[in-house]
Amino acid sequence: MRIIPKKVERIKFGLLSPEMIRKLAEVKIVTADTYDEDGYPIEGGLMDPRLGVVDPGLRCKTCGSRVGDCPGHFGRIELARPVIHVGYAKLINKILRSTCRECGRVLLPEEKIEEFREELKRAKKIGKNEEPIVEELFKLARASKTCPHCGAEQMDIKFEKPTTFIEVVEGRQHRLSPIEVRERLERVTDGDAEVMGFDVSVARPEWMVLTVLLVPPVTVRPSITLESGERSEDDLTHKLVDIIRINQRLEENMEAGAPQLIIEDLWELLQYHVTTYFNNEVAGVPPARHRSGRPLKTLAQRLKGKEGRFRSNLSGKRVNYSARTVISPDPNLSINEVGVPEIIARELTIPEIVTPMNIERLKKLVRNGPHRYPGANYVERPDGARLSLARVRDIDELLEKIEPGWKVHRHLIDGDIVLFNRQPSLHRMSIMAHEVKVLPYKTFRLNLCVCPPYNADFDGDEMNLHAIQSQEARAEARVLMRVQEQILSPRFGGPIIGGIHDHISGAYLLTQPEVRFTKEEAFHLLYASGIKKPLPEPAYEENGRAYYTGKQIFSMLLPEDLTLRYKAKVCKKCEVCKEEECEYDAYVVIEKGELKCGVMDEKSFGAFAGELLDRIVKDYGTDAAREFLDRVTKLVINFITWRGFSTGIDDEDLPEEAKERIAEILDDAEKSVFELIRAYNDKILEQLPGRTLEETLEMRIMEVLSEARDKTGAIANEYLEREERRRRHENSARIMAVSGARGSLLNLTQMAACVGQQSVRGERIKRGYSGRTLPHFKVGDISARAKGFVRSSYKQGLSPLEFFFHNMGGREGLVDTAVRTSQSGYMQRRLINALQDLKVEYDHTVRDTRGVIVEFQHGEDGSDPSRTDWGKMVNVKNIVQKYARMEAE
Amino acid sequence: MRRVVDISKHELVPKHEVMSEEEAKELLERLNITKGQLPKILKSDPMVQKIKAKPGDIIKITRKSPTAGTTIYYRVVVNE
Repeated sequence: MRIIPKKVERIKFGLLSPEMIRKLAEVKIVTADTYDEDGYPIEGGLMDPRLGVVDPGLRCKTCGSRVGDCPGHFGRIELARPVIHVGYAKLINKILRSTCRECGRVLLPEEKIEEFREELKRAKKIGKNEEPIVEELFKLARASKTCPHCGAEQMDIKFEKPTTFIEVVEGRQHRLSPIEVRERLERVTDGDAEVMGFDVSVARPEWMVLTVLLVPPVTVRPSITLESGERSEDDLTHKLVDIIRINQRLEENMEAGAPQLIIEDLWELLQYHVTTYFNNEVAGVPPARHRSGRPLKTLAQRLKGKEGRFRSNLSGKRVNYSARTVISPDPNLSINEVGVPEIIARELTIPEIVTPMNIERLKKLVRNGPHRYPGANYVERPDGARLSLARVRDIDELLEKIEPGWKVHRHLIDGDIVLFNRQPSLHRMSIMAHEVKVLPYKTFRLNLCVCPPYNADFDGDEMNLHAIQSQEARAEARVLMRVQEQILSPRFGGPIIGGIHDHISGAYLLTQPEVRFTKEEAFHLLYASGIKKPLPEPAYEENGRAYYTGKQIFSMLLPEDLTLRYKAKVCKKCEVCKEEECEYDAYVVIEKGELKCGVMDEKSFGAFAGELLDRIVKDYGTDAAREFLDRVTKLVINFITWRGFSTGIDDEDLPEEAKERIAEILDDAEKSVFELIRAYNDKILEQLPGRTLEETLEMRIMEVLSEARDKTGAIANEYLEREERRRRHENSARIMAVSGARGSLLNLTQMAACVGQQSVRGERIKRGYSGRTLPHFKVGDISARAKGFVRSSYKQGLSPLEFFFHNMGGREGLVDTAVRTSQSGYMQRRLINALQDLKVEYDHTVRDTRGVIVEFQHGEDGSDPSRTDWGKMVNVKNIVQKYARMEAE
Repeated sequence: MRRVVDISKHELVPKHEVMSEEEAKELLERLNITKGQLPKILKSDPMVQKIKAKPGDIIKITRKSPTAGTTIYYRVVVNE
């Protein structure tokens, strides 16, 4: 079949007229039965063979085509009585209210109608939204009490959702039947319909009341044959059966001259079925249910929402050549690699064109077949026909035929480039290109440094992998999407990939001044991290043995001419920086690739923060950065494994003296809260500007309490540090917090000293009983402990009351996260929909697809943030340092 | 007495100027666009009324920018 490329110029929407439906329909559906006893479809039934073919092998009775080629054909149901189309009920209501009940004209004087007609014409010409104009017309017309054309008095029309219209005639309510509604709509002139927004060539108002129902082809509602041989019909078919059944009963009753009451009941029922056939989630209508109680999925439900046709089949689709499984860490992989289980590597294939150069290799793969790795799953002939190797009987015969020009779909092998993705894909680093490394077992393996950009952890996270099928795409992925190319974030111009957790504590411990290694130990570490460089001169000798410092070992990873100075994370931010003489070793100096002083911590190569890593990527390129990261993580992981590092509850042990001081501070704080309350009661509390007295009191109390908590934290930290030095025993929890590996000093405070004030909606806890939070307190008690101040530490344990308050605060946190993620997700969806096709053009302007300019210079300075130093185009400090160095030399 | 505030003196209101015919032509040529592809500004905008720009005029706005110091933006006056 020749494919003729066509361009959609415009789409016009309209209503189907009854005549149109009759023309479209190949079959008039008359019986509610689908199949006879022998399992053959009944003519004139919902599965009429003229509606299209779904069974393979059969030919369509209408067009004579086979399954894939026959598009299906429509049928029709002649309704015994007209019914309202739910989707248009609201519009029908507007028209009924703004047209005359006698003559059908719009309830406005002729001139006014002309005015609107003109305005609409103008709006159409400049492509403006016509809706507000039509709305305005409806609003004006509705207000008229008499018809300006025939003088008839207008009655009030009530709209009872979803499909009932009631006219109030002289105080009595009269229900308008769909027949009456249709008659009124028919009376509307073409000219009037146009000012109400109709294009009468494709949509007449009365077509919104159905007299014939279009029945979709069977291809739209295929029945499924269960394993037991039982047939199960589609929800739409079920609904159509209901409609036909009631329609028949209505017709029979009408012919038999049944009482009006019965006919109206049946009519109502027909309306219900047609309504739910279109939309089974109409407000005020009980949803039609399956026998099992499950609500039916009818037309609107097929399209609507996340699981609807648009979002799940048109905007997003399932794809081939992809895999998904659980992820787990592997520190031995490079950041560029991804470990792929062999089972998956056997399933995913890459097409390779046979050439004289690769024919032998590919033939070997084909001989291995789909089950032996590395093999191939398909071969493709030059004419595009695919042969499955699982089904080939004589492999030698096939191998004979393979020649240049064929394609072999071979298994994934080491070094193939694939895309790796973790949802939610919030930024471009959520999909990166990795090199395949085929490994045993069943999980995807990835280097720990790439966890931050994916926001992945290993508590059961799953990720997706896509095997790229074309050479161009592979080249593009390798150049643009490889992990090492994504180290710098376009968000803030610093590294987003970097060391985490143990990498940071390991580096921190390794670069402590007192760390030393013998030659053997040094060799061991360097070998493990893949460094093949001669050792430098040992730092010093002691008792005839040569020792190397941790800083020396670390320096071996650095580029030889790197010179850099910065303040580490552990920096205490003293008033005057002592630089090299810093007693905390927090001032990092790297000269000519040698770490002279300072410790390595989060600020050196941590994700989101690494200054050192940042310099390496920007000055030495991504290859050097990848190598540095791979080696530094291996080195510090090996070091920390060899050395040992663990944390326990005794890391939060405080000496008695510290506990006493903490208790004292908390007592003082509680006392000053009482004093504040007394001052308030005595009306001597000084009011803060812009606050009521009560608010002032609350603010002051909160202030006092949070200050108290901070003070206890400082004391705890002071003693932990002192103990550490006294007992020459490190405090792992503190090391992790200080170096930025994990946790914060606040976490330590809460564990060791005092949990602090609990809050709900940013206030001290006030809800519960009237005038008090719990019955344990007196009414009106607003002291610290009665309003959710937790003075215990997590280690001490919370009192029952404290526990309750803590739970209140904690619950709010949980609810907030749940609400926030869904809200920000939706916000982002809308933002992305609005911005998705903006693009920076070669002249640096940002334009949309129509060429409309949004920005004249991207970011107003035309810079790419990922190539700047944390958003700044010029790093003055760096340049000064560089020139100072040159001067010195 | 009603106090009339000169909005153009406000710190947050950037400098607006009507571009001359030649300047406008030069700009459109430089960007290779038609007026319809420029960002719009309503003729009812207070600053537009202040500098008495008419629909079809191009306004040159000189803004302060956190990234570039000062930056120039162009907007075309439209009816609605």
